[in-house]
Amino acid sequence: MLPEEDKNMNENILEIKDPVLTLEGLSVAYDTNVAVKNVSVGFKKNSVTAIMGPSGCGKSTLLRAINRMHELYENIETTGKIILNGQDIMDMSTIKVRRRMGMVFQRPNPFPTMSIYDNVIAGYKLNGIKLKKGQKDDIVERSLQDVTLWDEVKDSLFKKGTFLSGGQQQRLCIARALAFSPEIILLDEPTSALDPIATAKIEDLLVKLKESYTIILVTHNMAQAARISDYSLFMYLGELVEYDKTKKMFTNPKDIRTEEYLTGKFG
Amino acid sequence: MVKEKDSVIKDHSGSRLLKDKIFLIGIIIFSVITISPILLIIGKLIVKGYRQISLDFLIETTPNTFEAMTSIANGERIPGGIANGITGTLLMVLLAAVIAIPIGLITGIYLYENQEKRLAGVIRNISDILQGVPSIVLGLIAYLWVVKHVTQGFSALAGSTALAIMMLPMIVRSTEETFKMIPNAIKEAALALGVPYYRVILQILIPTGFSGLLTGILLSISRVIGETAPLMLTALGSSVINWDVTKPTSSIPLLIWEFYNDPNMVDLIWSSSLLLMGIVLAFNLISKQIAARRR
Ligand SMILES: Nc1ncnc2c1ncn2[C@@H]1O[C@H](COP(=O)(O)OP(=O)(O)OP(=O)(O)O)[C@@H](O)[C@H]1O
Ligand SMILES: [Mg+2]
Repeated sequence: MLPEEDKNMNENILEIKDPVLTLEGLSVAYDTNVAVKNVSVGFKKNSVTAIMGPSGCGKSTLLRAINRMHELYENIETTGKIILNGQDIMDMSTIKVRRRMGMVFQRPNPFPTMSIYDNVIAGYKLNGIKLKKGQKDDIVERSLQDVTLWDEVKDSLFKKGTFLSGGQQQRLCIARALAFSPEIILLDEPTSALDPIATAKIEDLLVKLKESYTIILVTHNMAQAARISDYSLFMYLGELVEYDKTKKMFTNPKDIRTEEYLTGKFG
Repeated sequence: MVKEKDSVIKDHSGSRLLKDKIFLIGIIIFSVITISPILLIIGKLIVKGYRQISLDFLIETTPNTFEAMTSIANGERIPGGIANGITGTLLMVLLAAVIAIPIGLITGIYLYENQEKRLAGVIRNISDILQGVPSIVLGLIAYLWVVKHVTQGFSALAGSTALAIMMLPMIVRSTEETFKMIPNAIKEAALALGVPYYRVILQILIPTGFSGLLTGILLSISRVIGETAPLMLTALGSSVINWDVTKPTSSIPLLIWEFYNDPNMVDLIWSSSLLLMGIVLAFNLISKQIAARRR
């Protein structure tokens, strides 16, 4: 790579003071295909950061690297450092990493054999963490309140989670992540399978949740990023091209590729 | 113009209706041809077997040939029943299931987890070959392994071993196929909560695929429940109720074979077959029901 290009890239990447999470030279390769290339970036606490970029640019790959999901597959190699509150996540157990950084997927995926109640506390149940009935009730109510689902389901907590609508299921999945009281919530296009009304609900929710959590959101939808994110990250072909406050990036993109993407020239 | 067009369309739909009708009649005829053998068999079994069916038939052991001969001479119902066969079938099938289910599940899970590995391919092929091995050959193998070396004589354990080997390929396949149908997203949801892999298998995959696994197990049981040949070489048969897995044991199909060879007992063939057929049908229907409810 040309050193000149490197310099340019760095200029377009915002420095975050006291980041809650830092990626240092993160690369991820599927066999020989390097999908994320040497990404270094910090994330601001209690904010929504949007990861944007055309399809296949490595957004999901980057997000999944953050809570070490790639370790489950033998053909994926991750290099670089991920620092959470000053601590390298490779020095923590995967359960700890994933407790502190919850993940929400593109398609709602509640556990089909579990009730709404059990879905919320699935993180405890499946890890064999014993809780008293009162504690469980509290966690379920608090988490469902947080995702504004409580009033809709409080009378059917013991029905299967899969009976809910797509939007409700997705909020249930967010509640499942919140139940573990994470510091960071990673969301991979959480609204792409939902209708506009359900999408609006989730967007409102994310804005509300940033008061207590740090949110990293992969999205295809530029309008969504503009509506709810504080910071935006633009990726192209596995590289981090530009990182800035969302307002700045949308009004005054520095890199030509960002500009072309934001004006709909490709993607 | 418009009229002409209309009539053209009408003609067309008319011939289409006729074709539909011919097709429907064809389907009905072939359906009847397909199901008539099973209806004829069940009808025959009921007509010839109902006279012997009673409570005694289920709770008494088999009569000896002399008792049977006397009652036939007096025009009475043959005394006794096939309780030794019913209990033997129960014992051997249960034991076979206890052997085959864990091995089959674990192998199936291994295949699912290691789709691409060479060893998985080898195991899959062996399992397919096993499915095609004639049951009498499996009986011979169980004879060589178990009758000769483990129980030093004919035994329920030997019979169960043969049946378990027969059940294995079906359980392995159905386990692998069931797990393949579970969306990866469900697995990842659990892993993203930091759940260790063995817990994902035990608490997510098995409960989610439960009905699929159960269907496979029930079908494999219904397949071996009527097996006769391998049991002749292993369990041998017994005229008394036996619960000791190291002793010779009877089974319903073994009794049917014995009745066939004894002119005085021929009447018992029909009632025994009726019972066996009923059990197999029940297993099939239950597993179909479970499979259907899954969708
Ligand atoms: N499991 C995988 N095995 C091999 N290659 C993969 C795998 N997942 C993704 N890739 C490759 O990695 C690159 C980045 O994929 P990724 O899913 O991260 O993109 P994305 O930005 O999330 O795209 P989209 O917007 O379509 O979700 C692509 O070239 C893709 O083909
Ligand atoms: Mg993606």
